[in-house]
Amino acid sequence: MALNVGKQPLVSVEEVFFSFGTAQVLVDVTFSIMPDDFLAIIGPNGSGKTTLLKIILGILRPVSGVVRLMGEDVKHFSRWERIGYVPQKATHIDPFFPASVREVVAMGLLSKKKFPRLVKHHDEKAIDEALERVNMRKLKNRRIGELSGGQQQRVFIARAIVNNPDILFLDEPTAGVDAEGQSQFYDTLDKLNRMHGITVVLITHDIGIITRHARKVACLNQRLVFHGTHEDFCSSAIVQEILRGDYHLVCHRH
Amino acid sequence: MLAYGFMQRAILAGLFIGLACAVLGIFLILRRDAMIGHGLAHVTFGAVALGLFLKVSPLLAALAVAVLCAFGVVKLRKKAGLYGDTAIGIFSSFGMATGVVLASLAGSFNVDLLSYLFGNILAIEMAEVLLAIILAMVVLFVIVLFYQELLYITFDPESAKTAGIHVTRLDSVIAILTAVTVVLGMKVVGLLLVAALLVIPSAAGLQVSGSFRQAVWLSSTIATCSIMTGLFVAFYWDLPASGTIVLSSLVIFVIFFSVRVMRRRKTSILKGFNNQ
Ligand SMILES: Nc1ncnc2c1ncn2[C@@H]1O[C@H](COP(=O)(O)OP(=O)(O)OP(=O)(O)O)[C@@H](O)[C@H]1O
Ligand SMILES: [Mg+2]
Repeated sequence: MALNVGKQPLVSVEEVFFSFGTAQVLVDVTFSIMPDDFLAIIGPNGSGKTTLLKIILGILRPVSGVVRLMGEDVKHFSRWERIGYVPQKATHIDPFFPASVREVVAMGLLSKKKFPRLVKHHDEKAIDEALERVNMRKLKNRRIGELSGGQQQRVFIARAIVNNPDILFLDEPTAGVDAEGQSQFYDTLDKLNRMHGITVVLITHDIGIITRHARKVACLNQRLVFHGTHEDFCSSAIVQEILRGDYHLVCHRH
Repeated sequence: MLAYGFMQRAILAGLFIGLACAVLGIFLILRRDAMIGHGLAHVTFGAVALGLFLKVSPLLAALAVAVLCAFGVVKLRKKAGLYGDTAIGIFSSFGMATGVVLASLAGSFNVDLLSYLFGNILAIEMAEVLLAIILAMVVLFVIVLFYQELLYITFDPESAKTAGIHVTRLDSVIAILTAVTVVLGMKVVGLLLVAALLVIPSAAGLQVSGSFRQAVWLSSTIATCSIMTGLFVAFYWDLPASGTIVLSSLVIFVIFFSVRVMRRRKTSILKGFNNQ
């Protein structure tokens, strides 16, 4: 925390409540994300992680509470080119959708364009660079549906980073990706975080990722049951139980 | 055959309507809205009957009602969580039922009403050709202007929101374009043809396209070929043009479908070979 003193939070979530109909999903969630953070959000299935991310990004409106992105209420936020988002369902795209890898990455460029938003010749360079960073440049002209799940995931990451965003949100980005693909992927994320200074917010079920990569951890189960540095997370009594693979229980107890 | 004025008019109107439908159709199919053309055509039937019944311009009545219903389908699906085809089914039944009741109240089925259902592209007037050209220009212009955004919201609507794209607004743009195309297209070439042109050429193009750009060009080319072939056949064998155009596009669809199936078989054989 000491490192971040004096900096403005990139994201601040203030007393957010959310429900689908009568079902409470988020209760009084408050926390903030600082520049350069590598934050892992964990929690059992259905604990509201995806919902929280969608609220932060303005895809869903909270019942009450406020979300600020870079100091601005998300309702009025307009600097979307500084945000990158890899949705949870990224690997479940329509396999017959006729979009090439290039076209999918080009979608990411739209956020920094004004009407009419046309992809120009000079945008090609940004597309190539983004694909290069995820090692996918060779497959630029392939149809996205023809790629493997892990390859598709990389394309979605390229789309999210094509504008060189300040903050990258990823919702279970490596679900269904093989072990080698995963370790390559997290190395890429580390590099983006350390070398390019991109803030990373990652939803995951993989405790290993937290111990190896994350510097902050938030544990969600309707309420925010833990939020702190990776060190606190490990040194707290919780972690012993986590290593026994029973972290749902742990999160309740905190 | 090109020397005849009526053929020139048919080709012009057909090509313009065909192009607008082919490009719009790609978005509709990929949004799982392929049947909206058929649905709106039924609704329009009711609206035309309403216009004739109330003695207001059937075309204006149809336009107003079709736009409202296109919005209705979008809203029912989003807010009430109905499947798109269910929402379309409800609206089109409502349109047909209203049409039948009103037509009977008005005394009889008006000849006009039937001409909307089975338009005759070989008998259209210059004014209708102009209508077709203007309509197609407007539809294509709007699509070109919003091409990237429309592609994004079709592919991944939630992420599109995080690119600052007004998804709901563009949903409405597509709904309005579809309604206007169906109604004006019906006036010019009839229900059978416009509903078919919204689905078949795009579906054929989508069979083999490796990119969206390719899908747009291929579907437009397929629509053009279907219309030229269909008109040619209709002219020389004295057959109804709307039927021959639809059948030509179906032949092309079958060809492209076979190409895709054969391609896939080939790659799976190769994969099996590599796995051994
Ligand atoms: N569209 C929806 N309509 C109604 N309820 C929903 C909807 N989406 C999610 N929920 C409910 O909201 C709760 C939180 O869902 P959410 O997707 O945020 O969980 P999650 O933490 O991301 O889970 P997972 O680890 O499985 O991805 C769940 O109980 C779910 O049943
Ligand atoms: Mg989730």
